[in-house]
Amino acid sequence: MTRESLFNIVMMSLLILFPLWAWIADEPFMITLATKAVILALAGVGLNIALGLGGLVSLGHAAFFGIGGYAMGILASHAQSYSPILESPFLIEGTKSMPVIWLVAIISSGLAALAIGVLSLRTTGVYFIMITLAFGQMLFFFSISWPAYGGEDGLPIYVRNGFPGLNTLDPIQFYGICFAILAVVLFFCARLAKSPFGLALNAARQTAERVETVGISPYRLRLAAFTISGMITGLAGALFADLNRFVSPTMFSWQTSGEIMVFVILGGVARLFGPVVGAALFILLEHLLGGLSDYWHIYLGLLLLLIVLFARGGVIGTFAGKGANHD
Amino acid sequence: MSMILLAEQVLNGLQLGIMLFVMAAGLTLVFGVMGLINLAHGSLFMIGAFAAAAVAGATGSFVLALIAALSAAAAVGALVEVVVIRRLYNRDHLDQVLATFALILIFSEGTRWLFGSFPLFLNIPSYLAGPVSLPGGIEYPLYRLTLIAVGLLIALGLFLLISRTRLGIQIRAGENDREMIAALGIDISKLYTIVFAIGAGLAGLAGALVGAIQSVQVGMGEPVLILAFVVIVIGGIGSIKGALIASILVGLTDTLGGVLLPALFKQFMEASAATSAGSSLSSMLIYILMAGVLIVRPTGLFGARA
Repeated sequence: MTRESLFNIVMMSLLILFPLWAWIADEPFMITLATKAVILALAGVGLNIALGLGGLVSLGHAAFFGIGGYAMGILASHAQSYSPILESPFLIEGTKSMPVIWLVAIISSGLAALAIGVLSLRTTGVYFIMITLAFGQMLFFFSISWPAYGGEDGLPIYVRNGFPGLNTLDPIQFYGICFAILAVVLFFCARLAKSPFGLALNAARQTAERVETVGISPYRLRLAAFTISGMITGLAGALFADLNRFVSPTMFSWQTSGEIMVFVILGGVARLFGPVVGAALFILLEHLLGGLSDYWHIYLGLLLLLIVLFARGGVIGTFAGKGANHD
Repeated sequence: MSMILLAEQVLNGLQLGIMLFVMAAGLTLVFGVMGLINLAHGSLFMIGAFAAAAVAGATGSFVLALIAALSAAAAVGALVEVVVIRRLYNRDHLDQVLATFALILIFSEGTRWLFGSFPLFLNIPSYLAGPVSLPGGIEYPLYRLTLIAVGLLIALGLFLLISRTRLGIQIRAGENDREMIAALGIDISKLYTIVFAIGAGLAGLAGALVGAIQSVQVGMGEPVLILAFVVIVIGGIGSIKGALIASILVGLTDTLGGVLLPALFKQFMEASAATSAGSSLSSMLIYILMAGVLIVRPTGLFGARA
């Protein structure tokens, strides 16, 4: 067993034990913090497929996070006001059921990622960073100026959506749902990285020409990776909206894209658990430093700067040494 | 729609575009010479505005405020280059994005800590306040007209600096082949610090000039930063000429889109729906323009390398 997989096991146990402790100690706020960390980790896991495996530096993943959020917001707001979304040519009604909302969030963010990917992947390097940023900003300004779903003020949802057989208003049960999703997605990502697709994608990141020589199109690999990446981040957006029972254009802002990227880097790029460690550390720092000082972002900035300058490979890279799939 | 209103909007667009150019020139220079993406450029814009507001508040002189903005931003820029940025030149873009994102956090919170969360105000000096009459019966604020003139002077100055001076020759050589000019005995790290400080100073100056027509507050730099990125990407990264053309294009698109699109939509939609659809579309317009340019020309209008 490598040190990295040992590290991953410890992290996974913490994600189970910490909320259990909070539940027994009757600290619902701690459970909510853990839920937030797990959901943001999921968003980071999504980005990590594009960024870590595919080498696609997307500064526009807030687009998918926001689309997932608004998928939840739009469906639930129609359900809570008993007004159908569409009456003709056929009836579409809102819903308060989580599985349906997740499905809609995944499909709509996947379609958006496909469309943005088709156009953006024609560019490389800085231009790719900037064009993804541009698409993110497009949706941000659209969500601000489109008045139907709250515009700049956002859209509150009064009661958390339901999941068959569970009481989602109970913090520990909602945490359980989010944690289960994260676990499933992590398992999927571990398999994806070792699959022929994942290996080809990894090779395309290192030397696109070689992949092309053996008859595989790097463009298609990257497009598929970008789409899967957007779908996972979209799912995280739907969960995040459900956690807060509120959707707003902030979810689309470029700072959100930056933060999702920070989770990935803080933990370690291209590491399976990188985003999980990064998001957990981010939430922990926010909680601890936020209690010490109103200006905790200064310390976060300094820490981030030190990690980028001196601890390449993030937290996991520092603890577990060089990974097999990280160059 | 009257021609006077349209002419005013064209001037507004021109003013926005010219100020974007002052901001974007530094950004594109730094990218062209050092290959660095600097997200913290917006923070230097903010530092300039705050320095100007503080000095104007203490002395009452607008000229002194502008000098303070230029020198404060250039000094902070030089300091940041020496301490942080110089370690990033050989890193990939991802590290540069993150490190400069971290710098934004530090600068924004640092400014909030120094000046508080309330916006400061920087007044237009009395000799530049009020409207002037232009030919054709257009009444236009003198200050905005001055901004256009100052911006054009800066553009001219930059062109002369790049094409006529020894420093300009070194900068152009640095864009083409950094090993070669180092081999010819130019102190490359000093050159980089100077280029970064010039870019920073311009951003600070833009912050002070624009700060007088909007409020000076933490976070004012980021919207401008994103627009400046749109400009340099449309123009082609590293090209000053591209930045000038793209900034005017972006300024005009943004301003005229906000006026013309709702009017256009009213031709075939009812008024309230036209206003909301028009304003939604116009707020996205420059990003649509940018995406369109990149799809047709993946390295921008005047860009040479990716």
